[in-house]
Amino acid sequence: MAGVDDHAVMFGNLNRLTAWARSNSLWPVQFGLACCAIEMMATAASRFDLSRFGAEVMRASPRQADVMIVAGRVCQKMAPVLRELYDLMPEPKWVISMGACASVGGVFNNYAVVQGVDRVVPVDIYVPGCPSSPEGLIEGVMQLQEKIRRGGRPLAPAMPPAGEVARA
Amino acid sequence: MADQGQSLVDPYTGLKAMELNLGPQHPSTHGVLRLRVRLDGEQVKACEPIIGYLHTGIEKTYEDLIFQQGNMLSDRADYVSPIINNLCYVLTVEKLLQIEVPKRCQYIRVMFAELSRIASHLVWLGTSAMDMGAMSPFFYTFQQRELILDLIEMAAGYRMNPSYFRVGGLMRDLPPGFSARLHAFLDGFPHWLDEYRGLLDKNPIWLDRLKGTATISLAQALDYGWTGPLLRALGVAHDLRKSNPYSSYEDFAFDVPTEQDGDVYARYKVRMREMEESLKIVRQAIDNLPEGPWHVANEKIYPPEKEEIAQSMEALIYHFKLYSEGFLVPPGEAYVGVEGPKGELGCYIVANGAGKPYRVHVRGPSFYNLQALPALVQDRMLSDVVAAIGSIDIVLGEVDR
Repeated sequence: MAGVDDHAVMFGNLNRLTAWARSNSLWPVQFGLACCAIEMMATAASRFDLSRFGAEVMRASPRQADVMIVAGRVCQKMAPVLRELYDLMPEPKWVISMGACASVGGVFNNYAVVQGVDRVVPVDIYVPGCPSSPEGLIEGVMQLQEKIRRGGRPLAPAMPPAGEVARA
Repeated sequence: MADQGQSLVDPYTGLKAMELNLGPQHPSTHGVLRLRVRLDGEQVKACEPIIGYLHTGIEKTYEDLIFQQGNMLSDRADYVSPIINNLCYVLTVEKLLQIEVPKRCQYIRVMFAELSRIASHLVWLGTSAMDMGAMSPFFYTFQQRELILDLIEMAAGYRMNPSYFRVGGLMRDLPPGFSARLHAFLDGFPHWLDEYRGLLDKNPIWLDRLKGTATISLAQALDYGWTGPLLRALGVAHDLRKSNPYSSYEDFAFDVPTEQDGDVYARYKVRMREMEESLKIVRQAIDNLPEGPWHVANEKIYPPEKEEIAQSMEALIYHFKLYSEGFLVPPGEAYVGVEGPKGELGCYIVANGAGKPYRVHVRGPSFYNLQALPALVQDRMLSDVVAAIGSIDIVLGEVDR
């Protein structure tokens, strides 16, 4: 390419380029469950401003989103709905489990709460806290971006055998 | 969800009706609320709220925890104003124990309860304005809410769900420098209230969608068990802080704002003025804050100081007993209602003499407010459903518990 400075041309493989693009434009589903959802709203709001990391476009429809932030306790009645939402999202898709309840059931070790959303959908990033602070969620988003840039995909499908969700 | 969007003929009217399913994942339901709406064109013919998507078993879990631990569950019921939930729970346990906390503690509790009320109203204002299509108020209100959360974090160590109030006192006293920071917030906030009003009060879309929307009669409202700002928007000056003062509310001068119209706009105006009144209370509390102890001097209920534990064997034993078995509560039952941001928040506890409650029931005002939703939206437009949900200010954590 005559006339073009060598340094102005970037060579790379397409996978890395798409991974880079994807990681910097994560579109979460606008979907909150409990306390963590309020902190998720705070993360998207003025002080923490999730748009600095390109992840502020919360879509009301799962068909337009590629990351699901499970913010709050997942209850037995909600679990099938959550799974349906996940199935509606187009590939590639990622899941952030925000807070103690979504990750392991949190303080609610009882009949009503699913003890970790990874029994329902495969989870990429777990964010601790009850509820997670906005800084924590931002860290989780950045970790996910790093994972996407590395080409990381969820490991083996974390789906339990059929029926276990209902029994959990 | 199988019947979503199916056209069917209404057996009663013979009209072609459509059943529409809103939620549980829907941006304007303020949580995981599901509504089954039967529509004739755009007119709502029937609306059925389906709850339970956030049923957490909070009341059952209380029975498994010692009394002091149970406080932490109250945070997570109405997570938009956790501190007022703390207050309701600790007051009920203190009533069972027949103890009264020192004046300083009561004032600090009032202060944080009112800050929490402002924070809750700010969340309501931001989200319900977003439902109406106004994005900016959300960013404005959350910016001020962050300042309140900073104050809570400064005192309790955590932003949300702080469990700052403990049975018999507080988690700890106010930290140094708190008063100056609180005053900075108090001085700045009235300006921001004016900003919110400037954004909304003359906005024709806001006025058109709110005025005259989602009204019910006073008799109906009382039948549904409405309390709080919703009832005050119908002209009833009912406020538990005035009618049944707790935690030294009788020491504070404030008004109970009311409106007559009972529509969404009246609820908006009531809540905006409530924030002003809450500011007044907070200012009085911090300016007249008494010196003295901030927890009860009863080592069987409130644990001794950390330094004391290192030196006194007796203090160590009390500490161990309090964090293993907990304090024992004499058999009996007690109910305390407090004025939450959404209405009368009540806690009813049955104790059987053990360190854990026998039964705990929470009267979540959101639950009572939500049950009037079908009446609020009957024969109105579908878009009014969104305005109605925003105006009743529900938190599903409190509805489903």
